[in-house]
Formats: sequence, C-alpha cells, structure tokens
Amino acid sequence: MGAAIIDIQNLSKSFGNHQVLHDITFSVQASQVIVVIGPSGSGKSTFLRCMNGLETAEGGTLRACGHTVVEQGRMMSEKNLDALRSEVGMVFQSFNLFPHLNVLHNITLAPMALRGKSRQEAEEHGLRLLDKVGLKHKAQVFPGTLSGGQKQRVAIARALAMEPKVMLFDEPTSALDPELVGEVLQVMKTLANEGMTMVIVTHEMGFAREVADVVVVMDQGAIVEAAPPAQLFTAPQEARTRRFLQNVLSRDAAPVL
Amino acid sequence: MNLDFSPVWEGWRALASGTLITIEITASALVLGCLLGLLIGLGRLNPKRTVIYGLCTTYLTLIRGTPLLVQLFILFFGLPHFGIQLPAYMCGIFGLGIYSAAYVSEIVRGSIQSVEKGQMEAARSLGLPHKLAMRKVILPQAFVRMIPALGNEFIALIKNSALVSLLTIADVMHEGEKIISVSYRSLEVYLAIAFIYLMLTSITTLILRRTEKVLRADGRV
Repeated sequence: MGAAIIDIQNLSKSFGNHQVLHDITFSVQASQVIVVIGPSGSGKSTFLRCMNGLETAEGGTLRACGHTVVEQGRMMSEKNLDALRSEVGMVFQSFNLFPHLNVLHNITLAPMALRGKSRQEAEEHGLRLLDKVGLKHKAQVFPGTLSGGQKQRVAIARALAMEPKVMLFDEPTSALDPELVGEVLQVMKTLANEGMTMVIVTHEMGFAREVADVVVVMDQGAIVEAAPPAQLFTAPQEARTRRFLQNVLSRDAAPVL
Repeated sequence: MNLDFSPVWEGWRALASGTLITIEITASALVLGCLLGLLIGLGRLNPKRTVIYGLCTTYLTLIRGTPLLVQLFILFFGLPHFGIQLPAYMCGIFGLGIYSAAYVSEIVRGSIQSVEKGQMEAARSLGLPHKLAMRKVILPQAFVRMIPALGNEFIALIKNSALVSLLTIADVMHEGEKIISVSYRSLEVYLAIAFIYLMLTSITTLILRRTEKVLRADGRV
C-alpha cells in the first residue's frame, strides 16, 4: 500500500476532564472517500478538525500530506500548521464565507496571498472552479445574496482554489434546507469521481452508501467500526453500529403521518 | 428677554478661525485615538500574552478612570517639570487622542470579538497566518461593526475638545469666551457656540451613516 495521505496513530484529545477522542488509529489513502457517521457528540467533528490542526490533540501521532501535525502528543508549530492547512481543504457546516468580499474574491484571496498568484491567474482559476460548481454567473455578487446551497458550493470552490491534496467536510449539508442538499452532494460526488481524497462527516446515509469507500462509525470518541458501505450497512459487526443505524434509518423510513 | 446677537456677527472671523482650530485638533486627536486605540484593542484580545495584555489593560484603567481635564492639565502643567515642554496645541491633540484611544480600544476589541469564530477558522483553514487573517478577513468586518460606536466616540471627542480652551488654545470655545469678555453677551455667544458644535457633530453623524450604509450593502456585515 502506498503512503497514506493521512495517518493517525493512537490519537487522543480531551476538553478539560472530558475525553472526546480515545486512542484513534486510522489512515486515509490517496483518492479514498471516507465518510464518518455516528451519534451527535461522538467526536466526529473534533476528529475531522484534528486533521488540519484546528483542534490540538494531547496524545498520539497524526501525519497529513507529509506534515507531522501531532507527534507523541506534541503539536507542530503554528507556522508549519499554516503550510499544512494550505494543502488541506476544509468545508464547514456554516459555510463561513467572507461576507465582505464578493464570491470571486472569496476564492482568490488565499491563492493570491499564499501562492503568489497574480490577480488575473487567480481569477481565471477561480472562474473555472465556479463554473465547476455551477455558479460562474454569481462571481461578482456578495455571499449575503446567495442561498445556503449556493454558499456551500462557493465554499467548496474556495477550498479547491488552493489545490488541496485532501478535502475535509464537516457536516456540509446539515445547515441546509432539505431541497438544497442535493446540489451540494452532487458537487461532492463529482469531486469524488475525479479522484479527490475526501473525509466527510455527515448524516446523509444515502450519500455514504453511494460514494464512500470506507464508512467509519464513531461513538463516545472512539471508532466503533470501519468498513465499506456495502458491508457496514447490510452486515454491521458491532451492536453500537446496529443501534445507530436503526435509529437513523428508521427515522428516514418512518411513515409520514 | 432681550437677545442681542450682534457681538456674534461682529466676531464671526474669530469664531470661524476658532472652529477651524477645533476641527484641526479634533481630527488629529481622532486619527491618533483610532491608531492607538486599534493597537490597544488588539493588545487586549489575548489575555495569555500577559505582558502586552497587562500594559494595555493598565492604560485603559488609568485613562478611562481619570477625568480628561485632569489629564490635559497634567500634560500641560506637569510635563515641563520633566523638562518636556509641549506647545499647548500639541498638548490638546495628545491629551484628547490618548483619552479617546482608551474608549476606541474597547470598541475595537468588542467588534473583533463579535465576528463569528468560524471566520477566523475558515481563513486559517485556507492556510492564512493569524496576522494576515486578521487583516484581510476579521478587521474589515469588525470595522463596519465599529461604526455606530465609533460615531458616538467621535461626537464625544468633538464636544470634549471644548476643554482644550483651558490650555490657552484658541479653539471655538476660547474665541467665544474672548467675545463674551468684551461684550458681556454670554447667553448669545454660548448659543452660537452650541450651534457650531451641533453642526460639527451632525455632519460627523451624517458622514458615518453614509459610510455604514455603503459598507453594509448586499448583506456585507
């Protein structure tokens, strides 16, 4: 097996006395799509945010894109974190677009500031990315005028503008109205098909089943089970996985009263 | 009641030049107050940097906790004891600017902290270093949120500037008092001075309101 893009050994993290990540060992290979599911408060988001150093871990080792983010519980320096983050794209539940910049400038800000791209270069690339997420016509508007689904697609384009080696998604559709979820998932599906390495925290089971190479189930800060979706959804090995899937899927299947 | 505004009309040149001095001193103090206030506000963002945080907090406590008039007198009468002789005009600008900076610093800190945490996270996630993220992402948004509070502070500064007349500075207040001392028409002159200050503060309010409206267009917070 080739070198993992993300390699995690015995990662642990606490908020005060409350341990949120327990001894997690996991790795992500190039072009893999990993979907992380689990009940709320299970540590999924914290796990994801450790991967680009937004959260500090106190135990274990985490390597991402050739950078050692955490080594034996010691975080790398802020300066090196900046270099790592420029290679790891992050998409947030609440979009976090920059409201004072128009859509195109949201996308060109980082490549111009960090990659030394000229405005023209950055804007041409930005427009190609906007075209890819179907929003080229919105290049000049401000984020405040967009729908949630459009905002999230711009956020994806913004992350892609840094040409990341891996994309992290933290519940990218959880803040969206139901009818807008599809357009965002569609963009993510396209990315997955193009071979982008992705780690996605989500509650979209249908998406997980269709797109994931590996589905990871987390509960109480630990990985309960990790398996390809065909196996995990049809023959879960762990009782906790079965209970979680039952809860989620019965909600989806519940008759409308 | 018998009002006679003729001393005001006759002294209009003096009042006009006093108004110019008031504008000059207030505008200079405003720039000084904003720059210094920005630095002090930034210095109070992170209590973990104990030295910087401590210094800025001490500044805030001392300046906000003592009367402006006393501070002006300390600058004007006190500094010469240490061999530092500032012209009255400079004492006025420094005194007002230093005082205003204390208030501006709290406006700056409050506005920066009111920008959602996700903005800094998104900027850092793109790889922007902290300072660059602050400059490109957080401060432009914080600035718009500062405007209403800064407006209050600018208006307070304009009005407080009347105190510099006590440092022998020939501002509009000082010129007015000179007219009173020869005409004894105090009510008329004070009304005229009040009107001039009202004009200055109203124009300031108008400019800030326009600025905020432009900056907030299209849902830009």
